[in-house]
Amino acid sequence: MFQILQNINIDWLGNRRLFIGISVLLMLAGLGSAIFRQATGGHAFNLGVDFKGGTVVTARFKQKPDDQAIRSALTAKGVRDAVVQPVTDRPDTVLIKVPLEVGKDGRTQVRDALNTFGAEAEPTLELGADPNATYKIVGTDAVGAIAGAQLRNKAIAVTLAALVGILMYIAFRFEWTYGAAAVIAVFHDVLVTLGFFSIFQIEVSLNVIAALLTLVGFSVNDTIVVFDRVRENRKLHRRDSLYKITNDAINQTLSRTVITNGLVFLSVLALVLFGGDVLRAFSLALFIGVIFGTYSSIAIASPIMVWWEQRLEAANRQSALSFSQPLKGGVRTPAIAPRANKRSTRAGA
Amino acid sequence: MKKKSLLHRTIIIVAVTLAGLYLVIGPRHRPTLKDFTWSGIKASLRSNIHLGLDLQGGSHLVMRVKTEEYLKRLTEESHTAAQQTAKDAGLEIKGGKAETAGGNYRVVLEPADPSKVNEIKDAIEKKIELGDTSVWTYSASGGQMSWTMTPTAQRVLADNATTQALNIIDSRINALGITEPTLQTHGAQSAHQILLQMPGVQDPERVKAILQGQSRLELVHVIGPPSPNPPTTYVTEAEALASLGGTVPPNRRILPYIERIDSRDDGNDANEPKPKQWVVVETPPVIDGSELRTASAVQSQGGGVNDYEINFSLKKAGADKFGNWTTAHVNDYMGVVLNDEVKSIAFIKGPIYDSGQITGRFTQQSAEDLALTLRSGALPAPIEYLEERTVGPSLGQDSINAGVRASLVGLALVVVFMLIYYRGSGVNAVIALILNMILMLAGLIVFGATLTLPGIAGIILTIGMAVDSNVLIFERIREEILSGKTIPSAVEQGFTRAFITIIDTHVTTIVSSLFLFVFGTGPIRGFAVTLVIGLVVNLFSAVYVSRTIFIWLLNRKDRVESLSI
Repeated sequence: MFQILQNINIDWLGNRRLFIGISVLLMLAGLGSAIFRQATGGHAFNLGVDFKGGTVVTARFKQKPDDQAIRSALTAKGVRDAVVQPVTDRPDTVLIKVPLEVGKDGRTQVRDALNTFGAEAEPTLELGADPNATYKIVGTDAVGAIAGAQLRNKAIAVTLAALVGILMYIAFRFEWTYGAAAVIAVFHDVLVTLGFFSIFQIEVSLNVIAALLTLVGFSVNDTIVVFDRVRENRKLHRRDSLYKITNDAINQTLSRTVITNGLVFLSVLALVLFGGDVLRAFSLALFIGVIFGTYSSIAIASPIMVWWEQRLEAANRQSALSFSQPLKGGVRTPAIAPRANKRSTRAGA
Repeated sequence: MKKKSLLHRTIIIVAVTLAGLYLVIGPRHRPTLKDFTWSGIKASLRSNIHLGLDLQGGSHLVMRVKTEEYLKRLTEESHTAAQQTAKDAGLEIKGGKAETAGGNYRVVLEPADPSKVNEIKDAIEKKIELGDTSVWTYSASGGQMSWTMTPTAQRVLADNATTQALNIIDSRINALGITEPTLQTHGAQSAHQILLQMPGVQDPERVKAILQGQSRLELVHVIGPPSPNPPTTYVTEAEALASLGGTVPPNRRILPYIERIDSRDDGNDANEPKPKQWVVVETPPVIDGSELRTASAVQSQGGGVNDYEINFSLKKAGADKFGNWTTAHVNDYMGVVLNDEVKSIAFIKGPIYDSGQITGRFTQQSAEDLALTLRSGALPAPIEYLEERTVGPSLGQDSINAGVRASLVGLALVVVFMLIYYRGSGVNAVIALILNMILMLAGLIVFGATLTLPGIAGIILTIGMAVDSNVLIFERIREEILSGKTIPSAVEQGFTRAFITIIDTHVTTIVSSLFLFVFGTGPIRGFAVTLVIGLVVNLFSAVYVSRTIFIWLLNRKDRVESLSI
């Protein structure tokens, strides 16, 4: 058999300061971009109509006019601040984004402007089947201000609810420190990905939320694989420190991590390259997310879990000391006391 | 492993696979030879899987019933009625108003003689609905009497208005003959929102206009000297107000009136509207839309091709009321008011009982649409559109193509890698993966779930998780072999150990997906559904099926020296 990785022995946790430093820097960069853009009169995020309100009209032409010509036609009809965006994989199609304006219907506005190029196809006919038509509106997304705010709040609430669900399950199967570490790591992935979206001003649509949820799934998956191995190794090698056990677990599952995530990465790359414009923002979010999801289970979740468990252990030892000494009169060695104490209280886990 | 257990496993797998295949690509009619060709299979697949509007094409509308407008109208009507009742009882009211700002709905009256407060209260509460203490709370202070709508009543009335609007919209949609619409309340109950999905409708403008048509029809008495004098109209609103002495009394309203030009007189200019005028009408109206029995669009007599009017007839009670009133008002002017705009004015030649016309500059379609909305009844409150999404079939097809293309490229990459890296066992993984795809689609069909664009994202995540399960198992088996175990025990151990991890990863994702399903909206739900189905299926395909294949491999020989992994 041929194997990519064999007998790896890397001290991952030894580099925790570096890893966490990198992550903090990335998150600060995203945060900085958001704050800077907001402060300089821009927008922290390039929110799509789903969250901001407005209309996107997808129009298909037999002979597509110049983007500039479409823009002028819109301006001539009094539509200001419209964005005309070509569709890379469909050269005959264009996306026209019209901001929200009270009392006006975005679709009607765009139709008025496009009628300067020729007639629209009959509602029941496809563009090619209508000989008199020059264009057809093949899709619209119009979202009002109320619905935009509602969708935004709901998306945030739902993501948080999903994270709570994850936390609860991991706490039930492992320890709550493991759950908290996994959720912090996932939170980190979401923040870093959003940071990229702010820095590069990629449009955030409802589909991007689906992508963020997908990456939450992948990232937690990775983390659980490592934690599972930690749990198994803890039973097999009771004498080893948690530090060593965790390092071993990461190394033992490393070939799986590389293969699975490599394959997922390739699939997502296929999505970015072949998925078309509708899926573009979704694919990009996933692309960034997969990279950081893999990274965070090793670089964020594991160190946090180890640090937290060690702190708890130290605290346990402290309380066990102060408890046992007056009672047992120092007969018992305090080093063993916390472990025994810990096992018995966690028998159910 | 015993031979018998292998047989059991094989039977289960073959049965599940065949059932899945039938569900996904089997025709739902008596099979013909054509159903076994490539295009036949594709057609069956298309008709079996329920595609979401974003893939299939159609319109998705979210609207809100402006219930605050409903409560406002209710308060204003109660105020008018209260003023009228007091006046009829000979009790003088100096002032009053309907307060409808800031979510408070209040009727305020100022009696001319504060000592008569109780007398006025009794007269009003006996006669009109302000006396309903479950809706209105009465209080009096400083010579002012006020009735405030309780928060509970506000909620109940608003909810009722939404339900009523939903029913009316439903009947309008049915009258339009839209196929397979989905109509339901949307979001929280207090949001008063309605979701309407219409597959195949690409241009919802007409539907939108019809649904929004409030169609409040009223027949009113137009104030002015009777015929043969012409109807009394005013050039400006201010002039009309001046005729009433500067203030509008509670039993009068000023409404706009756009007179129709008779197309018979000057055919060419038939569609040129005359300037807007104003008239004074009596309130409450003689008859309103709730008394309507039917309404239909007919071509005007002697009118052009594009000159339509609406004939309506009244229910029994309304007809009696109308008959009495017209008998008493021969030669007076009567107006037909639609949505607070006077459409036509005519003098009463003689008693009219149960039918009438609305004339105006109607084209055939606008007349038919108006008749339709009149028949379905008036909306209790106006509606506004919050969200509108339309996808034409060609755009939906583009998305399907892109999604399928990307999934296939991804799947191909995975298959090639698994075969190269795990060789013989890679075949295992590929079989499991393909089975996973088939059964996931079958699951979608069984649960009647819709496949949406985010649903395709769910499929991609499932492919990832499915490959991961195989990788976890195979890597573990390799590890066990390297540590010196025999092949059968390495396989056994590999599956047992990896299974714990697989369960944990799957259940975590399923738990979070359930949250998404319960709290999420449309697209996010579509994502959650595919994911949950895919993961459950994966436990079967990646663990059970893959294991069976290993058992079969190991059973072929008595002693197994090597494993292609």
